[in-house]
Amino acid sequence: MSRAFFNEMYEANGSCRPHYQEFARWLANTPLALLEQRRHEADLLFHRAGITFTLYGDQQDTERLIPFDIIPRSIRASEWRIVERGCIQRVQALNLFLQDIYHEQRILKAGIIPPEQVLANEGYQVAMQGLNLHRGLYAHIAGVDLVRDSDGTYYVLEDNLRTPSGVSYMLEDRKMMMRLFPELFAAQRIAPIDHYPNLLLDTLKSASPLDNPTAVVLTPGRFNSAYFEHAFLAREMGIELVEGADLFVRNDHLYMRTTAGPQQVDVIYRRLDDEYLDPLSFNPDSMLGVPGLISVYRAGNVVLANAVGTGVADDKSIYPYVDDMIRFYLSEEPILKNVPTWQCRKPQDLSHVLAHLPELVVKETQGSGGYGMLVGPAATAAQIEDFRARIKARPHAYIAQPTLCLSTCPTFVESGIAPRHIDLRPFVLSGSETRLVPGGLTRVALQEGSLVVNSSQGGGTKDTWVVED
Amino acid sequence: MLSRTASDLYWMSRYLERAENLARMLEVSYSLSLMPQAGRSDGHAELAMSLLASGTLDDYIRKHTELDPERMLHFFALDASNPSSIYCCLQAARTNAHAVRGRITADMWENINATWIEMRNIASNGLGRYGISQFCDWVKERSHLFRGATSGTIMRNDAYSFIRLGTFLERADNTLRLLDARYEMFGETSEEVSDDSARGYYQWSALLRALTAYEAFNEIYRNAPSARPVSELLLLRVDVPRSLHACIDELDQILAGLPGNTGRAAQRLAAELNARLRYTAIDEILEAGLHLWLTDFIGRIHQLGQTVHNAYLEVI
Repeated sequence: MSRAFFNEMYEANGSCRPHYQEFARWLANTPLALLEQRRHEADLLFHRAGITFTLYGDQQDTERLIPFDIIPRSIRASEWRIVERGCIQRVQALNLFLQDIYHEQRILKAGIIPPEQVLANEGYQVAMQGLNLHRGLYAHIAGVDLVRDSDGTYYVLEDNLRTPSGVSYMLEDRKMMMRLFPELFAAQRIAPIDHYPNLLLDTLKSASPLDNPTAVVLTPGRFNSAYFEHAFLAREMGIELVEGADLFVRNDHLYMRTTAGPQQVDVIYRRLDDEYLDPLSFNPDSMLGVPGLISVYRAGNVVLANAVGTGVADDKSIYPYVDDMIRFYLSEEPILKNVPTWQCRKPQDLSHVLAHLPELVVKETQGSGGYGMLVGPAATAAQIEDFRARIKARPHAYIAQPTLCLSTCPTFVESGIAPRHIDLRPFVLSGSETRLVPGGLTRVALQEGSLVVNSSQGGGTKDTWVVED
Repeated sequence: MLSRTASDLYWMSRYLERAENLARMLEVSYSLSLMPQAGRSDGHAELAMSLLASGTLDDYIRKHTELDPERMLHFFALDASNPSSIYCCLQAARTNAHAVRGRITADMWENINATWIEMRNIASNGLGRYGISQFCDWVKERSHLFRGATSGTIMRNDAYSFIRLGTFLERADNTLRLLDARYEMFGETSEEVSDDSARGYYQWSALLRALTAYEAFNEIYRNAPSARPVSELLLLRVDVPRSLHACIDELDQILAGLPGNTGRAAQRLAAELNARLRYTAIDEILEAGLHLWLTDFIGRIHQLGQTVHNAYLEVI
């Protein structure tokens, strides 16, 4: 590929961007050996703290560290304010969309989205029809994945409205940077993010009509890849971390088993997918959920955050319509851009995609975590042919996008400091108001040239700074 | 607090305490196995004793058939396939801690996680490199550190109570087993071995040192250790932290302080046992036969553990 990448730190002419100058000065005065030593220190600290994630399908060493890079990703505050407004606008529209499709379905009647796209979607939950949720909120916690193209424009790559993860790394990365390089934080104004757990708890409480509801975090258990994060957030918020077996239903209410007897639960921050929540309503083989939970939910006696059935709105086949949603519900123009998307279910788009596979990124509409996707320019001929066959067999299950020139950020790798591709996931909280902490999680593809930043595919993370200019 | 959380906290500290006591057991057996053995061919019996006391001798024989010192040490300390090895106890403690890392402090978690990481290093390098005594010291030290991190950082709430319940139940049981094993080593002849014989002296003082009760013994009795004062010290003295009475007294107080009505049976049993120890004299115990008395009491500790389990920890 010959197109230039947008470098977060340096202008095309090689000069340092203003919001990175303080850091560049520091970097120039810091010997590589010291950086190496600090990185080693960071590894030890992360390992000792057990800040790990679990890799599926890996029997050898199931607990791994997510590689942490000591060079931060920095965003100018003025630029951040635009991204922030864009994320808020987007999540508000998505919540209105969810409220709508489970009630009047105005957007379908107006002909803006083909009804079968929504109603026949795997993520659409009939059980949610007509159910009124407090404040009409569905996605209380959302992650918006952003990338920057070669000219620095921000694009939304996807929305995560089910159980977005990674916020614990955002918080731990900041803690680590402040510990390793306090001088950097003294030298400039970097917006704080440590209050995220406070905002999250506030969001969870405001999702319930009760005055002082009891909230818990529901985890699939310690073998889940994000278990560290579940435990981390429960601890930071000072609420119980429960598994399905700790909860039971009695008289249309939900209780947890405690050493002092049953205690009522009002809000569940669930980190469990819809299909595992209740064996009576969804997957009957699931041991992870709580029998009867959905009937309590439908009776309005417990709040689930996020709500059941949000998956329909972050489905990749619905993604192309988000711009229209923003216009339809908010009467505003989208602040953040969508990546142009070909929907393989449309015959015209399909033939274009099949003709240009080596240039495109192909994704499964229901996939997540970087599993089941094709990056055309990086794929072998055999992989491309394999995908061609899969797309032909189930065209409706795939979308394709141009290969974006993800921006790069200097990263400390084996060979020294070199540019690597990054993305950004801000976390948007919706409660009595819609808000986010400055920045988010920056993921970095550590392999040279790689565009896949997912931790399950060998990606790392960076601290993300919003710097006052 | 969640019953499952309470259960994980309780087992976390039980396994850690068990690892510590296994190390103490290993220390006394190992040091005695190095002694010239009067009337015995070698120190194998001593090492086998620690397997017997921890209830794993049969498993060992099934696996290795003969009593080989090196294999016994490995089996007892590092064998990942022996669920009662020190290795497996530390692993279990860490697994329980992992499950409740949201409920313990960062200091506690990092401590127990670091212990486990180091344990894996030691296991992959082998005990020979490390040295038996040094390994025992290391296990004890890690246990001390964790207890220190716990008492220094955790809030005084139910979590703290369940952690301590686990510690003292396990310790009570282990002290009884260690004393029983030592007493057993005298075999049928225990009455004949005069307490001031060299062997008796080394036996009892090794036990006292392993339980870090040697200083206390000297201060209280100012005499060479023998069956009667050692038993009295380890069973009835409430001011010696690893004694049975001290453990039961702690358990009694912790249980009495737990909120709710679910624990009546456990509270009553602990109070009964505490009262019994307070008003028992060592001569009564020796008259009944030390081994019989110890066996009976191990059963009662087990029963207390069951009652605690039913009242607080069970996920029905």
